[in-house]
Amino acid sequence: MADRRLEIDGVSKRFGDVVALTEMTFDVRAGEIFGFVGSNGAGKSTTMRIALGVLTADAGEVRWDGRPLDLDTRRRVGYMPEERGLYPRMKVAEQLAYLGRLHGMSVPAAAAAVATWTERLGVASRRDDEVQKLSLGNQQRVQLAAALVHDPDILVLDEPFSGLDPLAVDIMSQVLREQRDRGVPVLFSSHQLDLVERLCDRVGVVHRGRMAACGPVEQLRAGGPTRLVVDAPAARDGWTAGLPDVAAVSCEAGRTVLELVPGGDDQAVLAAALATGPVHEFRRRRPSLTELFRHLVSAESAA
Amino acid sequence: MSVVRRPDAGADARPGGGLDARRVVGLILRREFVTRVRTRAFKITTAIMVLAVVGLPVGIHLFGAPSSIRTVGLAPANAAMAAPVVGAARTVGQEVKVRTLPDVPTGERELASGRLDALLDGAPDTLTVVANKGLDDKLRQAVTVLAQQQALNAAITRAGGDPAAVASAVAAAKFDVRSLKPAPRYQGERIALGLLAGILVYVSLMIYGQTVAQGVVEEKTSRVVELLLATVRPWQLMLGKVVGIGSVGLGQLVVVAAAGLAAALGTGVLSIPSGIAVGAVGWTLAWYLLGFLLYALLFAAAGALVSRQEDVGAVTGPILMLIIVPYVVGVSVLPIDPENGLARVLSLIPFFSPMLMPMRTALGVAPWWEVALTVALTGALTAGLVGLSARVYRNSVMRTGARVPVRDALRAS
Repeated sequence: MADRRLEIDGVSKRFGDVVALTEMTFDVRAGEIFGFVGSNGAGKSTTMRIALGVLTADAGEVRWDGRPLDLDTRRRVGYMPEERGLYPRMKVAEQLAYLGRLHGMSVPAAAAAVATWTERLGVASRRDDEVQKLSLGNQQRVQLAAALVHDPDILVLDEPFSGLDPLAVDIMSQVLREQRDRGVPVLFSSHQLDLVERLCDRVGVVHRGRMAACGPVEQLRAGGPTRLVVDAPAARDGWTAGLPDVAAVSCEAGRTVLELVPGGDDQAVLAAALATGPVHEFRRRRPSLTELFRHLVSAESAA
Repeated sequence: MSVVRRPDAGADARPGGGLDARRVVGLILRREFVTRVRTRAFKITTAIMVLAVVGLPVGIHLFGAPSSIRTVGLAPANAAMAAPVVGAARTVGQEVKVRTLPDVPTGERELASGRLDALLDGAPDTLTVVANKGLDDKLRQAVTVLAQQQALNAAITRAGGDPAAVASAVAAAKFDVRSLKPAPRYQGERIALGLLAGILVYVSLMIYGQTVAQGVVEEKTSRVVELLLATVRPWQLMLGKVVGIGSVGLGQLVVVAAAGLAAALGTGVLSIPSGIAVGAVGWTLAWYLLGFLLYALLFAAAGALVSRQEDVGAVTGPILMLIIVPYVVGVSVLPIDPENGLARVLSLIPFFSPMLMPMRTALGVAPWWEVALTVALTGALTAGLVGLSARVYRNSVMRTGARVPVRDALRAS
């Protein structure tokens, strides 16, 4: 199971005149958490829906373990759609058992899984309540249980963290890590980039229907623009004006953040800083995922 | 923290971890059936329908049908006229009971309280009829015949004849009727059966047809359809829903029809041979099924076009008309004129057959070949609609927001 991969290969999709995806390509390996980030409308949900067969692609293919994903394999996927969906008037346990059965579970296996997951996700006391009677947060937990109840081989979760309280975020994170450790490839999308950074083994940044960047978080950050943080309290505004390799990003109370062009000379910057007076801090900083995301998106938009 | 073990490859699972289509449809069907049957609305409608079909024959049995028998009171002086009154009434087809009263004021009180329909007063040759509020036509005719007989008897007596001998000679006069077609028998009961068949099919189709449309929209509104379609195919979801909801209606109809039939035959209210009654009920169920499948396909496709319950009415309206128009024609025309040409022609059109054929069959005016033809046509139309309806459903069910134009929905995908 270790080398199995969920491959999204050259998937394109148009809705009328709107191009939603262009040659979207990436893979999620067994035992890794893949974070999918991008602006609203970038194509994350469309990609996931195509992977689940809910939408059909105009071109390209989705494969699992080298074979195109068919209905039988899709049944082994745990899916959490962006638009949450459960039968509002159906009881929690009945609903989860029904979904488990639709994914091929026997009656006792479904019942056992429902008991386990409702317990695990903290909604055990609500098993016999209709879903519509639950708070939004608890409905979200039931939704996650619906994705997990059939013990899926693959997890595809569209914004699983939205609308969760901090406690539920912790549980969700823990569950995702656990599933990864079991060898399940986990693909999830989120706008909470700090969370993605913390949780994911690899990240894909989607922009306008294309994969703008894809790789381990550290690698992406390393490839991003380098920033220099200089704390020189005596420096005057515009002290960097004569330096060719940097552009000031921000300047506040003597603390200047500079963006260094690739291959730029940081030592020249340090020398210039020292010339203004004492330097309390001078360090290279890799961009956070958020900064990287902004950079990628603005660069792409400008291109 | 425990980790759930893999689901055991139990009886449901195929080696590949898949399910066969029949099992999937079965699961969907069962969910539809169980959730609908559990609702309070279902229990209440079933109870009301059973009460109606059982209450009617039991009520008639206990309290009698709204009586057509009239009661005529005789003043003391007319006590001898009891037999002539009954005889005269019989010649105009009116059954009467006769009571002799101690005096005229008592009779008037009885008239006022409705226990008498007419009171005969005065001597035989100066007959006076006292009525509460006018005299109905049949009784008026009967009294006219009576007065004429009295006059005739008096004339015969005056001419030296024997009125009794003349009367028996007149009574012996008879003739045979040779009709070209056998006269319809049990006409009243057949009309009742036909009406009941029409009403039951109508109510069931209206309730469960619209339930299909609402069920489809419910899955779109709650977005659960996306979760479902990630693991089942659209046609499986549609078929399971249609068959599941149809079974609820069929089950309800079977219970109601069986209860009504048992009550009607058990109380003896229905004198029609039980074979005819059972046949009418059987065709009612059959036509409900045929009609439900036909309309449910349309309702499911229509429901898939919209995303909100408020919009269901707009798309189901035209389909409802296919049920309402033949129903209105049926119940307004057929009881008066079972062999009505318009009703007959409409009943042969597949979209209208499910409403009109059970009524015509119960009335005994549908020849076997018409039944066979309409069953075949309706079946063929339904079969033809399966593909079309499934396509509309598949193309529309994932599209939320504005109503999907039918042209888009029909586009091949």
